[in-house]
Amino acid sequence: MVQTTFEEISAADFFYRNRDIAGFTNPSRAIFAAVRELVENSLDAAESLKMPPDIYVRLSFEGEAGKESQIYRLRVEDNGIGVPPRHIPSAFGQVLFGSKYKLKQQRGTFGLGGKMAILYGQITTHQPACIISSTGASKAYMYKLMIDIQRNRPLILDRKVRINKEQWRGTIVEFCLEGDYFRAMPKILEYFKQTAMVNPYANLTFVDPKGRLYKFTSVTKEMPDPPKETLPHPYGVDVELLQRLIQVTPYKNMLEFLRHHFHRVGEITARKFLEFSNISPSKNPKKLSHGEIVRLMRMLKRFREFLPPDAGCLSPVGEELLRVGILKELKPEFVAVHQRKPSTYAGHPFIIEVGIAYGGEIPKKGSFLIYRFANRIPLLYDEASDVSVKVINSMNWRRYKVTPDMPIAVSVHICSTKVPYKTVGKEFIADRPEVKREVANGLREVARRLQRFLTRREHVDRERKRLGIFSKYLPKIAQFSAQLAGKEKQPDIKKLLRSVEKFAA
Amino acid sequence: MPRRRYKSSIIERRKEVLTGLENLGVRIYEQLDRGYFPSIEMPSRSTENIYYDPQVRQFILGDKRVRRSARNIRHIRPFTQLVWTAFFSHELASQRKTSTLRDVYYSAQAYEMSFKDQQESNNIITDLETVLGSSREDFNIFPEERSAIFGDLTIEYTVPDYEGRTLNLTSHPDGVMIGPALTSSEFVKTTADKVIAIEKGGLFTRFIEENVHKKFNAILVLTAGQAPRATRHFVRRLNRELNLPVYIFTDGDPWGMHIAMVMISGSANAAHLRELATPDAKWSGVWATDIVNYKLPTDPLDEVDVKRLYELQKDPRYKDPLWQREIKMFLKIRRKAEQEAFSRYGLTYIVDKYLPAKLEETK
Ligand SMILES: Nc1ncnc2c1ncn2[C@@H]1O[C@H](COP(=O)(O)OP(=O)(O)OP(=O)(O)O)[C@@H](O)[C@H]1O
Ligand SMILES: [Mg+2]
Repeated sequence: MVQTTFEEISAADFFYRNRDIAGFTNPSRAIFAAVRELVENSLDAAESLKMPPDIYVRLSFEGEAGKESQIYRLRVEDNGIGVPPRHIPSAFGQVLFGSKYKLKQQRGTFGLGGKMAILYGQITTHQPACIISSTGASKAYMYKLMIDIQRNRPLILDRKVRINKEQWRGTIVEFCLEGDYFRAMPKILEYFKQTAMVNPYANLTFVDPKGRLYKFTSVTKEMPDPPKETLPHPYGVDVELLQRLIQVTPYKNMLEFLRHHFHRVGEITARKFLEFSNISPSKNPKKLSHGEIVRLMRMLKRFREFLPPDAGCLSPVGEELLRVGILKELKPEFVAVHQRKPSTYAGHPFIIEVGIAYGGEIPKKGSFLIYRFANRIPLLYDEASDVSVKVINSMNWRRYKVTPDMPIAVSVHICSTKVPYKTVGKEFIADRPEVKREVANGLREVARRLQRFLTRREHVDRERKRLGIFSKYLPKIAQFSAQLAGKEKQPDIKKLLRSVEKFAA
Repeated sequence: MPRRRYKSSIIERRKEVLTGLENLGVRIYEQLDRGYFPSIEMPSRSTENIYYDPQVRQFILGDKRVRRSARNIRHIRPFTQLVWTAFFSHELASQRKTSTLRDVYYSAQAYEMSFKDQQESNNIITDLETVLGSSREDFNIFPEERSAIFGDLTIEYTVPDYEGRTLNLTSHPDGVMIGPALTSSEFVKTTADKVIAIEKGGLFTRFIEENVHKKFNAILVLTAGQAPRATRHFVRRLNRELNLPVYIFTDGDPWGMHIAMVMISGSANAAHLRELATPDAKWSGVWATDIVNYKLPTDPLDEVDVKRLYELQKDPRYKDPLWQREIKMFLKIRRKAEQEAFSRYGLTYIVDKYLPAKLEETK
């Protein structure tokens, strides 16, 4: 007889068993993912204060682990907002605990990343993590903790408080983990480079296990406006959300309910909508039947006159900063950037920003270099599955005089309160038609500008070449004809050369 | 006793060419000096401007002309190359040095006047020929391939260091190479009363061994396949200056037939030039009818042979009844024969029997 046993597992246990889906697949991927998750937390922490991030990352060798992996100590320091002391244990010791579950554009979304890194370190080295943090107040706190996997709770092994005379603010996370740095090295360095590209106001320092120092220095003090929290957009609501809002709302009629709980719905729009959907403005939302709620949801999606989500709740890089970032890291000869108007998919606002860079230090590879970003995070894995790559591959580039053998780098950035990732590993963007269309339109715009540049350059080149030909051959004609005619003096060709030049201008 | 019995064309021609080149230089110089982009006009060599002239009995260029201007970005390079080639030819001709087509190609590099390839430099030389109306041999540029001559003709060299020296063309049993020194020489005296041109080296040597030059009082010329221009010009001189009739013997196939025709009526490629053709020369064999009459061992005609025959049938140079008849016969018997085929009747048969008969027949 087979016995089936039922048991419940904790969230920590679940992710411990399924660490693949969070990107901790093997020693090389894991060390990359750990660096990445901590750096992103630090970027979020600094940006939420509108402070240019200053992040220091160090990986040091601790000992051999297996045939293909070693033990490393990872330390990440930032100048971010810091974590209030009472939240430190849970923020770093409890899976699915975080401060970023709001409708707000941030890198972190799941309340998982930092913990997965710590959890992975714990199961491969059985050592606690050390977190030091201060919000800039008079004290700084140090916690040594491990994660109780079965109960999904932090286990505090040590706690120290020290006086923070210098008013230091920020967070330091340090722990050991198993990894294969030399396999992961190209991706890690690429990660820093691309992060510097879309965060040109950040200072990133990385010291690798060999003691090599990589520095990515900020080139601007300008920063995008920090994202604001926002209300849900009517196109994005589902029945579940409507029910939750109805439960908590203090408003007694539909007009006020719509005006106060939805993004970009004012008095006029609310009235128009209610008329459109044949709902009385004075109806009490709490009196809506389940059927009426379902209908309300459908009508919200059908009404064409809601304004698109306001860009204010999103924090795109901005054309100027994107240009600066691309110029700084890729050193191209030409760059065109373009920010699309905000758009929505399933009611979530998003903005696509694209850049195309040509020539300079960009290598010729026989295909474009593609840089993908989401909420200012570089995406480095699973490129082939990404929506941008699909759009790029299906575009008719020849229309723009562009061929794959040209030195071209394409960058696509999506920012959204909810990036449509396919997995919690946050590696590639799903194939949403709305996103696809925006990416395509953005790419067409920059491709047109690249084409204009190429055409102009071709023209200048052609003229320069033309001039070169005349100034190469005319003197020879003068020389040989003079000799042939038996003349001592060569004819004066300066005037002719000048006339060619004038023509060229 | 005056040494030169024959009217010479050599000195005259050299002078003409030198002045032609100098005038070209002056024309270009003056245009430049007046602040114009220089340009040159010449007859067009495109196929639609090539006509067969029954009067002159050779291909000639029509009235269409082309203009090469240094103003034009696509012309300026070939224009410069043309001026350089004129300058270089003038150097050669005035210093009485010769150069091969290949030499020209390489010499250009010394003047930073590179040609893309040999073909490009050859084309420019042809342009210069067209502009001046004289052939490249006149400005001392020769192709690599050489043919040979043997027979009782005494020539006098005009090239430096040999000037005034004479040579009898029987002095070497392999024959004498028809090179620049020979083609620029004057004719002094001859006892020959005809010229026999032969396509193949083997038969040329046989004829010398068999004393054909003595038995038939002939100057023997080896064309070595399609005759080089220098040879064609030389044969024409033999015909014009010495009044010697010319008989041509080739293989019995469309290609051999055409070797004879080019010597007689010139080629479309050289339509811009005169004085290469010998319109009075005769094709004496091997004819298609010879193949039949002499029961020669044969090979079947290939597809390309047949195709070529149909082309020649429509060619204006072939409109004479004799040529038309032979083309028809080739097409009828669908066979071809080489000159060596006569060896089936013994090594001397061709000299003893065939040659006298054909010389008589085509007189
Ligand atoms: N360097 C830091 N500075 C300040 N707060 C931090 C820092 N690192 C983590 N936190 C806090 O800890 C919480 C949990 O971080 P964690 O990386 O586990 O999840 P997340 O960033 O919210 O989401 P994600 O799973 O997408 O990374 C964050 O929401 C944030 O409040
Ligand atoms: Mg995170």
